[in-house]
Amino acid sequence: MSYLKIDHVDKRFQRGSVSTEVLKDINLVIEKGEFVSIIGHSGCGKSTLLNIVAGLTPVSAGAVLLEGKEVNASGPERAVVFQNHSLLPWLTVYANVALAVNKVFGATRSKAERHDWIMHNLDLVQMAHARDKRPAEISGGMKQRVGIARGLAMEPKILLLDEPFGALDALTRAHLQDSVMQIHAALGNTMIMITHDVDEAVLLSDRIVMMTNGPSAHIGEVLDVRLARPRKRLELVSDRTYIAAREAVLKFLYERHRFVEAA
Amino acid sequence: MSAALKKDTAPACVVTLAGAPAGVPAPSVLQMPHKSKSKSSFRPPLRAWLRSALSTVVPPLITVALILLFWQLAAHGPQSALPTPTKIWEEARDLIVEPFFWNGSQDIGLGWRILVSLQRVAIGFSLAAIVGVLLGTLVGQSVWAMRGLDPVFQVLRTVPPLAWLPLSLAAFRDSQPSAIFVIFITAIWPVIINTAVGIRNIPQDYRNVAQVLRLNQVEFFFKVMVPSAAPYIFTGLRIGVGLSWLAIVAAEMLTGGVGIGFFIWDAWNSSRLSDIIVALVYIGVVGFLLDRLVALIGHVVTRGTATN
Repeated sequence: MSYLKIDHVDKRFQRGSVSTEVLKDINLVIEKGEFVSIIGHSGCGKSTLLNIVAGLTPVSAGAVLLEGKEVNASGPERAVVFQNHSLLPWLTVYANVALAVNKVFGATRSKAERHDWIMHNLDLVQMAHARDKRPAEISGGMKQRVGIARGLAMEPKILLLDEPFGALDALTRAHLQDSVMQIHAALGNTMIMITHDVDEAVLLSDRIVMMTNGPSAHIGEVLDVRLARPRKRLELVSDRTYIAAREAVLKFLYERHRFVEAA
Repeated sequence: MSAALKKDTAPACVVTLAGAPAGVPAPSVLQMPHKSKSKSSFRPPLRAWLRSALSTVVPPLITVALILLFWQLAAHGPQSALPTPTKIWEEARDLIVEPFFWNGSQDIGLGWRILVSLQRVAIGFSLAAIVGVLLGTLVGQSVWAMRGLDPVFQVLRTVPPLAWLPLSLAAFRDSQPSAIFVIFITAIWPVIINTAVGIRNIPQDYRNVAQVLRLNQVEFFFKVMVPSAAPYIFTGLRIGVGLSWLAIVAAEMLTGGVGIGFFIWDAWNSSRLSDIIVALVYIGVVGFLLDRLVALIGHVVTRGTATN
C-alpha cells in the first residue's frame, strides 16, 4: 500500500459566476522516506497542490490518502514549512517551536522531555544558540531554519516544504539545502518540496514531478533522479546523471511548457 | 468601513505622537557627532542622557513661561473678567501646592478628587476594554457578525457621551453606576473598531500555522489573535482612555459627587474662577499621563509584533 496517494484530485476556484480550474486530474503516489519535488512555472498551481495535501485547501474532486485514510483537514502529521517562514513574531525562537511541541506532545510527554525535544530540533538546524531571540532579530536564513525545526519537531509523517528557500540568497540557500539533505538522510522523513529552482530539485529529490502550465495544470512528467546519496554539490557538477536530469527538467520547462506570459 | 476606521485612528495617533517623544531622538542624533569626535566614547552616558532630557524639557518650559507672561499682561487691569496667573497663585495656593489635604468631606485636595474620578474611569474603561476586545474579535472574525453589528456600532459611536447620561440615570437610578456606564459606552467604540481591524489583518500565514497545529478556538484567541492584533487593540485603548477622560469630567458635572468634574461645576457656582483654572491644569496633566501610560503598556506588550 502506498504511503501518500493523491488520487484524481481536481481543484476549481469559484469567484462569483466565474470558475477557474487550477488543477486537473492530479495522480501521484509517494512512498515512505521519499523526497519528492514539485516543479513548475509560477501560477501553475503547485502551491495549491501542496495546500491540498496539507489540508489547508479543500479539493473539488478526488482525494488525498495518507496510509490509506482520507485526509481533509490540516494537522501536525503533515507539517508545513511555509515559504515566508510564518514564525509568530511575538514569540522567541524557542517559544515558536515550543508552541508546536506543546500542542502536539503536551499530553504524551513530560515537560522535561518536551524541552529536550525542542532543543534537539533547534540543534538539528543549528539554531540552539539563538533560542531566546525573536524572529525580527535573526536573518532570513535563520528564520527558515527555525521554520524547519518547528516542522520537524511535530514528528510529521510528511514534511511539506513550500518554496522554503525561495526568499533566500544563493549562499544561504546552498547551506540550507545541505542541512535539509543531512536531516533527510538522518531521519528518513518523507518530504514534498515545492520549488522553481531546477538545481535545487535535482540535488535534493528522489523524484521530480513536473507540472504543466495552468489553467487546468496537471502532472506532465515524473523524473527519477538516480543519484546515490549522500550527494555532494561540487562532485555533482560534472556528474553525467546529474547533468542529464537537469537537462530533462530544463527541456520540460522551457521547450515543451514555456511560460507563455513571460515570453 | 475601513475608510471610516482609518479616519478614526490615524489622527489620534498623530496628535498623541507629535508630543514629547518625537522631540527626543532628533536633537540627540544631531548632537551625537560632536561628542564622538572629541574622544568622549568613554564618557559616562549620564551626560548624553542629561543633554537629551534638557532638550526635551526646556522648549515646553519656555512655551509655558511665554503663555503665562502673555496671560498676565492680557488679564491685567481692573476690567478683566479672568484672573491673572499671580492672582490664581494667591487665591488657590492651597490647591496648587497641596493636592492631598483633607479638611472635612467637601473641602479636600484636588488630588483626592482626581483619584475618585480616576477610579470611575478605571472601572468603566476596564469593562470597555474587555467587552470591546471580545466584541471586536467577533466582528473581525465573522463576516455575518460584521454585517449585522457594524452598522449599529457605526451609528451608536457617533452619539455624544453625555446623551447617554439621562438614559443611564433612568436605568441605574444612581449617579455612580451611571457615570461609569457613560465612560464604558464612550470608550468601547474605538476599542471594538480597532480590534476588529486588527483581527481582520491577521496574516493568513498565522492562521495556516494555527490550522496545521490544530489550535482550538481558545488557544487561537490567546496565542495568535490577541498578540497579532495587539498593536491595533492598543491604538483603540489609547483613543478610548482619552475619550473616557473627556467624558468623566462632563458626566461628573451633571451627576455631582466628589470627582473633579463636579468640583469645577461647584467652583463655577460660587464664582471661584481661580480654582477652575487650577482644576483644568490638573485634568490636562492627568489626561496626558493616562495616555502615556496606555501607550507605554502597549509598547511593552507589542514589542515583538510591532517590529515585524
